[in-house]
Amino acid sequence: MDTQPSTVGAVTPKPAQGAKPTGKPAVDASGKSSPELEHLRMRRRLIWVATGGFLVTNLLMFLRFFFPRTLFEPSLKFRIGSPSDFGLGVDERFKQSHRIWVVRLPDKLFVIVAKCTHLGCTPNWIETENKFKCPCHGSGYDMEGRNFEGPAPRPMDRAEVELDAEGQIVVDTSRLYQCPAGGKCEFDTDPNSYLAMS
Amino acid sequence: MEPDPNNEQKAGGGLLARAREEVKELRQDLKEPQKTQLWKSVFRVKHERTDPRTRALGVLSNVFLHLHPARINRDAVRYSYTWGMGGITFYLFLVLTVTGVLLMFYYHPTKLQAFRDILFLEHDVPFGRLLRNMHRWAAHLMIITLWLHMFRVVLTGSYKRPREFNWCVGVILLVLTLLLSFTGYLLPDDQLGFWAVTVGTNMARATPLLGSEGPLGPQLGMTPFNDVRFALLGGSIVDANALLRAYIWHCIAIPLIAAVFMGVHFWRVRKDGGISGPAPVMLESEIKPPPPK
Repeated sequence: MDTQPSTVGAVTPKPAQGAKPTGKPAVDASGKSSPELEHLRMRRRLIWVATGGFLVTNLLMFLRFFFPRTLFEPSLKFRIGSPSDFGLGVDERFKQSHRIWVVRLPDKLFVIVAKCTHLGCTPNWIETENKFKCPCHGSGYDMEGRNFEGPAPRPMDRAEVELDAEGQIVVDTSRLYQCPAGGKCEFDTDPNSYLAMS
Repeated sequence: MEPDPNNEQKAGGGLLARAREEVKELRQDLKEPQKTQLWKSVFRVKHERTDPRTRALGVLSNVFLHLHPARINRDAVRYSYTWGMGGITFYLFLVLTVTGVLLMFYYHPTKLQAFRDILFLEHDVPFGRLLRNMHRWAAHLMIITLWLHMFRVVLTGSYKRPREFNWCVGVILLVLTLLLSFTGYLLPDDQLGFWAVTVGTNMARATPLLGSEGPLGPQLGMTPFNDVRFALLGGSIVDANALLRAYIWHCIAIPLIAAVFMGVHFWRVRKDGGISGPAPVMLESEIKPPPPK
């Protein structure tokens, strides 16, 4: 190894003493392929495949890395207490923590998602005027969340509510019920969009 | 005017012929990508192995290849002589940069989250344990290979003129690497790192002039609330500020400074005549006959 001339610094490439090609490209001048050249080509192909496989595997691992298995986000399904905890009207207790209003009417209870259907701002409940008002573009909703002024295209969505075995209300904001203008309104037709009160 | 069906057919046929021509050209380009304009715009010269001049040109005009010299001393490629330790150290620095940046995606430098993030990296994050172990072992290895590189430089006398300046740059790089290791120590926010940094920064109290317990420190008005240790920790105890400072020094400031010194270090290796070697050895075949008198 030490006594062989390095091809890097050689000014005039001399024909190698042995038949062993060292680091030369595996194509001879005549273009013929000998078993030796074929062997070199196979070896080169193997190295490329191994390198490529390694890089592709690494790329897949790299992409997988960006999808965490565990999240530290608030659960979209949560309990808010029993129906008797809520008096008639709009309850703002869970607006800060879960972005919802609990609305109790004489005959039913439902949960409004506090998200304006115009561009997604959080409206305010204005007790004195008995309406929800969006601070961004002035959309107004009545206490059932139905739009009556401003650019909002439809009432605010409602979340799924159900009673668990202990009589607690379970809200699931990953399951929404919509009432699009001119479309099918899911508020009253779907029994999971409200709790019937007697 | 009425549409001429013949004419239309001719136009359609022309389009087809042109499409065929395009496909033919595309095939030719795929067969010989070196001849396409796209290729030529990327590679400024032909990379051919015809003669030493063309090969040198190919190396010199490529941003990645030019980091290596086009020609080197025969002894510079002998691992028995160089041990390859400088190159391995740099390679480990690159590994640490890549794995470190990836770890940053899941690590929060706060007292509440730091240790929890370490646990999640170990047990939950996809390939988190692999990354963390790569980072840790590469860090340990980098310290070892750095010392071995330094040892080799001493053994081969490579610190002597004209390389004495580069030896000094290397010593600065050694200090920076040790600082990287030390600042990384605190980041898991575990007992080991916490007490290591507590002890380590306590030594800074004894700094002459700038330490509250060092020679002439108290006389200069140094207290635990204004001395050099205070500046390092961002407080008088190892707490949230110290964690954040260790994080920023570890991930941003020291790597940037080290990268600048590395640039100078590698550049000076080239400018000082390449890797130092023994007196040039000539092969018998290379010995020229004495010039006729």
